[in-house]
Amino acid sequence: MKRRVFLGTSGLSLALVLSVGSVAWAENAKLKIGFVGVTSGPAAAWGISNQRSMETRAAWLNELGGVEIGGTTYDIEIVPFDDQKDPKRAIAGMEKMAQDGIHYVVGPNVDDGAAAVRPVAEQNGIMYFPYAFPKELYTAPASNAILGMVANYQSGPAIYKYLMENKGVKKVAFIAGNESDPLSQRDSGAAAARDLGLEVVSDTVTYQMDTTDFTPVLLPVIQTAPDLLVLSGVSPANAPQLIRSARELGYTGLISTETAQDAAVLAEGAGELANGFISVGGASTPELASDTMREFVDRYTKMFGEYNDESNTKVYALEYIIETIKANPAAMDDVEEFKKTMDTFSAPNPFMVGDAKLTYVGTSSFGQKRQVSVPLVVNEYKDGKFETLFVAQVD
Amino acid sequence: MEQILANGLYLGAQYALIALGLTLIFSLMNVLNFAHGQMYVFGGFVTYTVVAQFGLPFIVGLIASAVVLAVMGALIEKFLFRPVIRKSKRDESTMLLAAGIAFFLDAVILLLFGEKQRGVPKIVNGVFNWDMRLIMPYDRILIAALAVALIVGFILFMQYSRTGRAMRALAQDRMAAQLMGVDVDRYSMIGFALGAMLAGLVGGLLVTITGINLGMGGPASVKAFLMIMIGGAGVISGAIAGGFILGMMESIGLTVLAAYGDVTYLAIFVTLMVFLSVRPQGLMGKPWG
Repeated sequence: MKRRVFLGTSGLSLALVLSVGSVAWAENAKLKIGFVGVTSGPAAAWGISNQRSMETRAAWLNELGGVEIGGTTYDIEIVPFDDQKDPKRAIAGMEKMAQDGIHYVVGPNVDDGAAAVRPVAEQNGIMYFPYAFPKELYTAPASNAILGMVANYQSGPAIYKYLMENKGVKKVAFIAGNESDPLSQRDSGAAAARDLGLEVVSDTVTYQMDTTDFTPVLLPVIQTAPDLLVLSGVSPANAPQLIRSARELGYTGLISTETAQDAAVLAEGAGELANGFISVGGASTPELASDTMREFVDRYTKMFGEYNDESNTKVYALEYIIETIKANPAAMDDVEEFKKTMDTFSAPNPFMVGDAKLTYVGTSSFGQKRQVSVPLVVNEYKDGKFETLFVAQVD
Repeated sequence: MEQILANGLYLGAQYALIALGLTLIFSLMNVLNFAHGQMYVFGGFVTYTVVAQFGLPFIVGLIASAVVLAVMGALIEKFLFRPVIRKSKRDESTMLLAAGIAFFLDAVILLLFGEKQRGVPKIVNGVFNWDMRLIMPYDRILIAALAVALIVGFILFMQYSRTGRAMRALAQDRMAAQLMGVDVDRYSMIGFALGAMLAGLVGGLLVTITGINLGMGGPASVKAFLMIMIGGAGVISGAIAGGFILGMMESIGLTVLAAYGDVTYLAIFVTLMVFLSVRPQGLMGKPWG
C-alpha cells in the first residue's frame, strides 16, 4: 500500500513538474543575445560592465513581461563567454555563439579580439558590437561589425579643440600602455592633435599594462612640460595611478583620456588629485540621465552590489539590438534584414532626457552606418563624481 | 639621477619583500608557489576592505591582511601541499597544485571583491621635493621604510628565534633537521604561513600607493620569480638582493630607455638570460641546490 502511494505521489509530482515546466516554457519564447568579452584578469572591468549591463536590462525587460517582436513575446537570455582578452578565446566564443544559433553578439572589448572574430561572424551570419576602434572592421567590405561606442578618433579631436579654445592648451603629451588598443589610440590622437595645430611634445613613452608604479614611467613625460597630458586608451585600473603619479611629480596641467572611467575608482585611487580629469562617458550626469537611466543604475546596483560608470555607455548595445529587431522582425534570424533596417532605423533613446534618438551613424568615419549613436559626453571629474563638460554627437 | 636612484630603492624595497615570502617557501618545501602573486592581491583586498569599507585605521587593515594570509597559508600547506608532497615525489605535482591554487584564488577574489581597481586614501599627505632634483611623496617614503623594517625584522626573526633557526635547519637539510628532532610538518606549515603573510603584508602596504586589482597577481608572481632567479632560489639574502637589483634596473631602464618605447623589460629579460647562462644558480644560490 505504502509502495503504491509512493509510486502514485512520485508520478503525480513528475507530471506536475513536467507540466509546470512546459507551461513556463510555453509562456515566452527565448531571444538569445551573446556576449563575448573579457571578464577575468586585469581588464575584467571592461567586459564585466558589459555583461552586467546586458543582464540588468534583460532581467528588467523580462520582469515587464518580455519583448514583443512580430506578435510573439520573447524573454531575453544573455549568453556570456569570457574571452580572457585572448583572440583565440574570442574566436572560440564566437563559434560557440554560432553553434547556439545566436545571431547578435555584444563584444569583444579589444582590437585584436574584434579583428579575430570577424571571419567567424561573417561566415555564420552574426552581427557583433565590438568596443574596438580599427576602421577596417566597420568599413566596406566588412559589414557585420557595429561599433558600440564613440571611437577615440572621433572624441579626441573634439576634446583637444575644446581645450585649445577654452583652456589655452598649446602643448600636448601622450602616454599609452604597450598594447594594440592604447597604442593605436595614441597614434591617432597624436595625429589629430597635430592636425589641430597643437605641439606634440611627447608621444613615445609607453608602459607595461601590469605596471604598478608609474612615477619612473611618467618622469620623462612630465619633464617635457605639456599643457595637456593624454592617457591614451587608459584602463580604469591604471588611470588613478597615472593621475596620482603625475600630480605627485608636480604636474599641474590638464589630464584627459578618450576612454570611459569610473568615478568611484578615481575617488579611491587618486582622491582629490583626480579633480579636473577629463574623460568620456555616457548619459550619466544628472542633467542628461532620464528616469529610465536612473532606474537602470538602481537595478544594476541592486543586482550586483555596485554600479560601474562605464555601463553608462555599455547599456546601449542590447537596446539597439532589440529595438532594431522589433522594427524588422525578419531580422530575428536574418542579419541581412538587420543591415537593411539599420539605414533608416530610429527609435526613442530611453536613457536620455529630451527627444534623443537611437540611430545608427558612422557614415563620415566608415562610409556606412556601422556605429551606434551614443552621446559623446565629455566629463570632468570633481570630488567623487563626474560633471558634464560638453556634449557632442558623432556624424 | 637622484630621482632614478630613489625610485629604484623604493621599488627594490617592495620587490624584496615580495620575493622574501616566495623564497622562504621554496627553501623550506622546494615548492614554486605560483599563487604568491594572488596571495599578495588577496592581502591588498583585505586591507582595502578593513580600511575603506569598514572605516578602520590602516594599521588594523595591515594586521588583518597579515593574519588572514597567514591562516590561509597554513591551511593551504596542511591540507593541500602536505598531502601532495607525501604522496608524490614528482616536483611538477606541487607546481600544478600551486598553479591551480592561483586560478582558484583569482576566482575567489573576483567573487569576493569584484573586478574594479581598489585603493585606500593616502596615509600621509605631502611630497618631499629637493629642488626638483628628487621628488618623492611622503607616503612612498613611509611605505619603503616600513618595507625595509619588515625585511630587517624578518632577518632577525630567522636569525635569532627558535622557530627561525628550525626553519633554517629545515632549509639547509630536511633529513638532518628531522633527525635532530625538528618537527618538519609543523615548521613547514609555519614557513608557508610566514611566506603567505609576507605576501599579504606587501599587498596591504601597497594598496595605499598602487591600489589593487584582480589582475595584479600573475605579474607580481612573475616579478617575484625574476628576483629569486637573480638572487638565487631559496636564499634569503639573494631574494633581497634580487629585489633591489630588479627595482634599480626597472628605474634606470624606464628613464634611460624611455625614448625607445617600452623596452625596459625586454632589456631586463635579455640581461637575465645571459646572466643565467653564466650563473644559473643566481648571485647567491648554490649550484648543488
